Amino acid sequence: MTGDAKAPARRGAIWIVAEQAGERLAPVSLEILGQALRMARAAGGCEVDAVLIGNDAAGPASALAAAGAEKVFLADDPRLSPYQNDTHGAVLTRLIAREGPDVVLFGASACGEELAPTVAARLDTGLGAHCTDLDVGTDGLLMMGVLGFGGRVHTEMFCPAKRPQMASVKPGMFQPPPRAEREGTVVREDVAGLLAGAKIRLRAVAAVRVEPEGGPLEGAEVVVAGGFGIGGKEPWALLEELARELSGAVGCTRPALDEGWTSGEHTMIGTSGRTVRPKVYLGFGISGSPHHTVGIKDAGIIVSVNSDPHAPVFDSSDYCVVSDFRKIVPALVREIRKVKGGGSAAPSPASA
Amino acid sequence: MSGLHVIVLVKPVPDPACYDRVEIDPATGVLARQGMPSVLNPSDRHALEEALLLQERHGGRVTLISMTPESSAETLREALAMGGDEAVILSDRAFAGSDSLATSRVLAAGVAKVAPFDLVLAGNESADGGTVHVPSQVGELLDVAHLANVIRLEVDADGSVRTRTRIENGYMEVEGALPMVLGVRREINTPRYTSLMGVIASQGKPIRVYGSAELGIDGSRVGMEGSNMRPGKLSRPSYDRKGERLKGGPEEAVARIVGILRAEGVLG
Repeated sequence: MTGDAKAPARRGAIWIVAEQAGERLAPVSLEILGQALRMARAAGGCEVDAVLIGNDAAGPASALAAAGAEKVFLADDPRLSPYQNDTHGAVLTRLIAREGPDVVLFGASACGEELAPTVAARLDTGLGAHCTDLDVGTDGLLMMGVLGFGGRVHTEMFCPAKRPQMASVKPGMFQPPPRAEREGTVVREDVAGLLAGAKIRLRAVAAVRVEPEGGPLEGAEVVVAGGFGIGGKEPWALLEELARELSGAVGCTRPALDEGWTSGEHTMIGTSGRTVRPKVYLGFGISGSPHHTVGIKDAGIIVSVNSDPHAPVFDSSDYCVVSDFRKIVPALVREIRKVKGGGSAAPSPASA
Repeated sequence: MSGLHVIVLVKPVPDPACYDRVEIDPATGVLARQGMPSVLNPSDRHALEEALLLQERHGGRVTLISMTPESSAETLREALAMGGDEAVILSDRAFAGSDSLATSRVLAAGVAKVAPFDLVLAGNESADGGTVHVPSQVGELLDVAHLANVIRLEVDADGSVRTRTRIENGYMEVEGALPMVLGVRREINTPRYTSLMGVIASQGKPIRVYGSAELGIDGSRVGMEGSNMRPGKLSRPSYDRKGERLKGGPEEAVARIVGILRAEGVLG
């Protein structure tokens, strides 16, 4: 950065707390960086920095700098992996106290939703939980949009009197930043100093990650979702077959998960699950509670199939089919196979 | 170790099955929850079940603590019918409007009031607000180890603790020692049904009520005044779309859906 005497006085920085997922960054980290950069621009240009706490994290730290974080405070040490709230909490609290950012954003991952309240309590400041929208005014006040009562009520929350203003953000809510205009710098921190005297009462023994079957829901162009109306594990296989044909991912509602028809918690879409933004969402046997609907609101096109003509899901769909999914899904699979069979014989206009 | 004192933090919440009745008063902009029955927060049932399992294994006692108006005593009585030895209601007008940190201050003061304790268990999140802040913040305020998202718990007679916590696409194994504060997720167990004997027994169990004076709480640190977070505008989000009904039978519907998939470029 060049020293420009005419530059306006800088307000306090917006920080994002990034998270490592193996050798890469967790997708939510780039999503909150994207939103932080947008807010900084809208607020007249404050600094956007990132914090990364982990081990062997030089790669993800460079990725943050390349994506537009002006400074990346990197605490890189074997003692900081896997994540553990005593260690990460100590490092982060001390960095915030030292640098004094105005806003600190966390991804509402499992770790983030533990680390954020830990640090907020230590700093005696306010924290918005699982925010679905964020905005910062020119006065620097952060608006934290949160949903309550299963997505039925949206509340704007503010932290007017304490700093930093802190928020955790639901994954899938914001877009990663476009290509950065300039690359930031990575600042390596003295981890021993940041951990000195910290109470370490827990020992993280292992972090076990199992990649889910099929593609991840968040990145899928087509999502095939089912609800309680599917009625069993056997008919559920029809949805999986359809998703395979479309190279899409299978999602579900809470009742379908509770019935054990799906492959696990990672397939649940909604307030306490994933947020998806596919080009096309195909929903079957879903009643349409706001819990679920809020997780698909950014889908390109929503097609819903339900035998109940009064199902609330139809209000939040682009196209509605009043029918038994058992009549639709097998026929759809056959038709798609037919189209794909024909498509492989002749080049598509896009590839011509 | 001669038995554990396990404290379970519980919260009566408006019945999630009735969330469609939540309205915002257009004149005042205030939330109206007319006629919504209170139930025990669903994930708190799992916390209580885990406490009862520990009691069965190690002996000791289980105390329920809730920051709630005294009028919620019936919901607490239901929780006592499931098990547990006594309940403590933390109730004071000064607590109204507390954000998660101010709520955690009240709960931590309640825990300190009934201390000594070995373990505090809480549902990971409440159905109405769902912040997942309280287990961590109560742990911080009590200055003991804490974890959220716990899906497995083992406590040994020597006070060592092994947990499994949920992370994205997997889990973590974390070890420590009592005392601890843990937020548990629904996967941890299946809560027991309330028996008739349990209901009868619950009638004889004590429910104590403490206000800010008994808890020694500074009124400026709780309630609206003691909260760092301030609510602004409330609104009812709309997820409405055009809702075009596809006419004809299943064949026509399938043809239209295929057309949509082709137009969006996601077919093959």
